[in-house]
Amino acid sequence: MQIKHEAIAGTLESSDAQVTVRPAPELSLHISSSVLNQYGRQIKAVAEQTLKRLAVERGTIEIVDKGALDCTLKARIEAAIYRSADQSAAGIAWEVLA
Amino acid sequence: MLNAVKRDIPEALLAGRTGYQGKYAKDGQSLHKAAPTITQALKPQKSKLADSLKAACEACGAHDGMTFSFHTEYRNGDKVAAMAAKVLIEDLGLKDITVAATSLGDAQANMAQYIKNGQITGVQTSGVRGVIGEAISAGELQTPAIIRSHGGRPRAIAAGEVHIDIAFLAAASSDAFGNASGIRGKNNCGSMGFAIDDAHYADHVIVVTDTLVDFPNVPAAINGVDVDAVCVVDQVGDPSKIATKEARMTQDPRELMMAQAVAKVIAASPDFKDGFSFQTGVGGPSLAVNRYLEQYMTQRQIKMSFALGGTSKAICDLQDKGLVNYILDTQDFDQGAVAHFATHPNHLECSLDQYASPANKGAFVNNLDFVVLSALEVDVDFNVNVVTGSDGVLRGAPGGHPDTAAGSKCCIIVTPLTRGRMPTVCDAVVTVTTPGDSVDVVVTDYGIAVNPQRQDIIAQLDAANIAHTTIEALRDKAYALVGTPAPLEWQKRVVAVVEGRDGSIVDVVRQVKPFAF
Repeated sequence: MQIKHEAIAGTLESSDAQVTVRPAPELSLHISSSVLNQYGRQIKAVAEQTLKRLAVERGTIEIVDKGALDCTLKARIEAAIYRSADQSAAGIAWEVLA
Repeated sequence: MLNAVKRDIPEALLAGRTGYQGKYAKDGQSLHKAAPTITQALKPQKSKLADSLKAACEACGAHDGMTFSFHTEYRNGDKVAAMAAKVLIEDLGLKDITVAATSLGDAQANMAQYIKNGQITGVQTSGVRGVIGEAISAGELQTPAIIRSHGGRPRAIAAGEVHIDIAFLAAASSDAFGNASGIRGKNNCGSMGFAIDDAHYADHVIVVTDTLVDFPNVPAAINGVDVDAVCVVDQVGDPSKIATKEARMTQDPRELMMAQAVAKVIAASPDFKDGFSFQTGVGGPSLAVNRYLEQYMTQRQIKMSFALGGTSKAICDLQDKGLVNYILDTQDFDQGAVAHFATHPNHLECSLDQYASPANKGAFVNNLDFVVLSALEVDVDFNVNVVTGSDGVLRGAPGGHPDTAAGSKCCIIVTPLTRGRMPTVCDAVVTVTTPGDSVDVVVTDYGIAVNPQRQDIIAQLDAANIAHTTIEALRDKAYALVGTPAPLEWQKRVVAVVEGRDGSIVDVVRQVKPFAF
């Protein structure tokens, strides 16, 4: 998928994560988290898997995590990507999200 | 060397002392108590009033390398500790200062800068939060901080391991001779239990008050015979900041459910009978236990002989309903408790030595039936952490946790299974503050686990049809919900020593290694 414009998903509430994506020539991932010491690597792995599954190859992905579970992180990343590609109202590839 | 809670204590710290060896390892040992060196006063005298705090410090021989102490009964509203530190370090220019505190938090935030500047070089405390905790965790303090429980502190003072040169004791009211009290003033804190032992053991005692009253200000928490000087300031503390949001009665259904489960466990015990004794902390679920316990007490027509420790309005209400004979109060958590302390004849002040010290012939905690405590983490060996956050930074207080756990017949930990993403029940706590051999029951929102060393409690729960599981099952459930946490990574440097209530070393806190992917 292609990130066409800046988009955001999620909140800064406890147990949530806010994901902001922007167009960029290279793929880069920035993670800050209230549970970085224990779950930083796991958050990174979830983000990388999700981006790979959606075939995102370019863009800046910023995750501000407030202790979200993996399922929440995944959902926020997916929502932000689909919004950035103007596909969040229609055109979600549900089979890829499983 | 590994101690009895399997923590590796560096040999260098063990010179002249032992690692933790079990909760009653030092029972029956003899102890020679320390005594202060005082300046006798024989001449006729009308007043000990000093012109300023600076003048009082000079008169008390303030010097480089000294140790000063203060109490924190005004909690977040305390003004005197920060004032005293400023006078010693900025006005008198002293260096190499050690702080012997009952707690450290945002009210003493100026000390973080003195630590960074190398002016405060030693910290001994029963709690540390906010910027001071961050400074110590970042390795800014020259010597490892010593974290002691509320009973461990008076033990260390009585044993002469901490020698207090000057104690600065904030008082709501005082006469010109230093008979001082936490009530009868403009800004009341209630009990001054944290200050009483310092008055007995410090070489010099300065009472700081904002309400000077006629002699004799009795009954007094601090006796004028122990006081060198009295200093009047504009305000000793802001009582509206005594109550934190923790001290309110929770409406959270999850917390109420846990509180109900705790009350059920207590009610299933043969020790829950007329004349039982009880203590609870101020965490949401622990405080709410009072409410459910009341129902069982009324049903069975039994009364509590005494409630112990930090006091909130919830327990005062029980006393007003005639359900509690005595409240033995070390500190007041809210304005309701402060007002109640000032008026109820059986709501009494209790020093930390009386309350919890192992260095006496039997502290009140030894006579306690039930204690309900919260935790940041509990591990599968029932060890509890209340001192370091999930990032390894100092941000908590053992308070009376290890003392009441060891002294009571039944120690119940109440905590949600997870907080956000952090599992509360885990393989190994970041820092052991209360050893697992003192912890009997863990109550969570996903079930109850009993320490296998307490087969009697297991039998009581079975007889009362109260479901329970193993601590390992609770850990597995937590990890299934949030994932298995990676262990924290540490640098070599020890930034704090967690001392057991008996003076042994329970654990050390090292400097956290900054996270890198």
